Amino acid sequence: MLSVEITGIRLENPLILAAGILGSTGASLGRVARAGAGAVVTKSLGVVPRPGYRNPCIVQLDHGFINAVGLQNPSYKHFMDEIEIARKVGISSNFKESGGFPDIRSGTPIMASIFGGTPEEFEEIVTAMSGHVNGFELNLSCPHAEGYGAEIGGDTMIVEDVTRAVKNVTDLPLWVKLTPNVRDITTIGLAAQKGGADAVVAINTLRAMAIDVESGHPILSNRFGGLSGAPIKPVAVKAVYDLYKTLDIPIIGVGGISSWEDAVEMMMAGASAVEIGSAVYTGLELFEEICDGISKYLERKNMGLDEIVGIAHRKGGTGKR
Amino acid sequence: MKPSSVEVTGVVKETARVTTLYFDKNFSFNPGQFAMIWVRGVDEVPMALSSRNSITIERVGDATEHLSELATGDSLGVRAPLGNGFSPCTSGNLLMVGGGVGSVPLAPLAELASQRGLRVTTLIGARSREELLFRDRFECVSDVKISTDDGTIGYHGFVTDLFKQEELDRFNRIYVCGPELMMATCLNVLREECLVSHSEFSLNRYFKCGIGTCGSCCIDPEGLRVCRDGPVFNGDRLVESEFGLYKRDEYGIKTRI
Repeated sequence: MLSVEITGIRLENPLILAAGILGSTGASLGRVARAGAGAVVTKSLGVVPRPGYRNPCIVQLDHGFINAVGLQNPSYKHFMDEIEIARKVGISSNFKESGGFPDIRSGTPIMASIFGGTPEEFEEIVTAMSGHVNGFELNLSCPHAEGYGAEIGGDTMIVEDVTRAVKNVTDLPLWVKLTPNVRDITTIGLAAQKGGADAVVAINTLRAMAIDVESGHPILSNRFGGLSGAPIKPVAVKAVYDLYKTLDIPIIGVGGISSWEDAVEMMMAGASAVEIGSAVYTGLELFEEICDGISKYLERKNMGLDEIVGIAHRKGGTGKR
Repeated sequence: MKPSSVEVTGVVKETARVTTLYFDKNFSFNPGQFAMIWVRGVDEVPMALSSRNSITIERVGDATEHLSELATGDSLGVRAPLGNGFSPCTSGNLLMVGGGVGSVPLAPLAELASQRGLRVTTLIGARSREELLFRDRFECVSDVKISTDDGTIGYHGFVTDLFKQEELDRFNRIYVCGPELMMATCLNVLREECLVSHSEFSLNRYFKCGIGTCGSCCIDPEGLRVCRDGPVFNGDRLVESEFGLYKRDEYGIKTRI
């Protein structure tokens, strides 16, 4: 009932683990898969190991987080092992007894989130990882890493070039994650589409900071970071709404989803599937709870999942008198 | 939670390398829970709470170096309590096994157990007499047996040797904290005696967020988060895991223990 196909990938349900949350190890990705995510996205991977920023790398707000982890990752080369572990342990809770690695096409799809400073870096990673993952999510949107992410993802020409470069070296589905820290997110979405993206993911975090009032110190070691969680949901809904109006490729909605109502709302704005990040803080049961809530809603409304995607575009007035 | 600002009200040099800092704030906590200690402008690191208003630090890196230099009146950012802590035992005999600064979370646990009228035996190990930690605190509330690597006090050898000499099946619960290889030795002994489910171990991994969202501290193969699902785990959860074999460094690359 909840299964969806997006960019050629079959998901058992439309809830995807967002990049940067519990995606640092294969075992953790596998655990989230067992908890019921329709797909999982790895922590963003680059060409060389990076320790990220010093701590504090996260500020926990009453509702939401500001983070600046700084693209900490062991490099895509070291992460290949983690993906094998994720495949193995993501299939069943009896992984300790199960021998051998399952076929890549079985089990929960794994998307590799990747970042680079040049098209060549993206190409290198994608070429090497193509036999190991189900698709790629280009991180052109991390708001706090010099020379990466949003620093290049705010430029339509670079977005198009990088997307095309990656598309040229892989047949796997390619999602491009967009930054909301631009004047008009649809121009970036269009650039990704023109470059050959199979889908866009919107939105990454909003630039933000927090200051310790006792001392005057910015709390994050990087001083500023990206805001996620409930406060950004309305921003994400509007971005998805605008992208749906403009693009021909599917949109994966992300930003502040913590309940089935949030997921449905995001889909009504135009998302074919959604990613869940910050809300996983409350517990991994969330994936099953949201699935359950969406199922009951669809039953009550006697609708299919595809029918709610973009429904808001066919409703509502103009506001004009 | 955001870091809460605390002022240092007292500094006690426990040993040449270990210092206890007392705060002007109490944190309601279960022994074994930890604090993320923010040395502003330097780093934020996890530390076991040695009491409701103190942390006890061994000098090992930048942040701990700074912490060891703090004086009364200095201030710190603290996020606490975090993690699960040891599970309370309400009756019977308890055994605590601490190696080096691994004794830090065990001291408040032994005190709590003793207050509740439980019988506590403590094995504490150190490199030498001078480096022995919290001997007085443990002696007030438990039967203490000591080992030192150089034999300057107590048994000459490792605390794991003392552990092997104990009649382990007479304890209802066994709590272990120390260097990972020491803890892994204890886990193996418990496996041989089929007592693993009676034991709890407090783990140390590289933490980023400290609240279970980033996934940096997850252990194979279950993906348990040391900062959130731990840092204390029942021995059962650690059998056939990465425990005692490898961990991930600050890049997320596997390194041997």
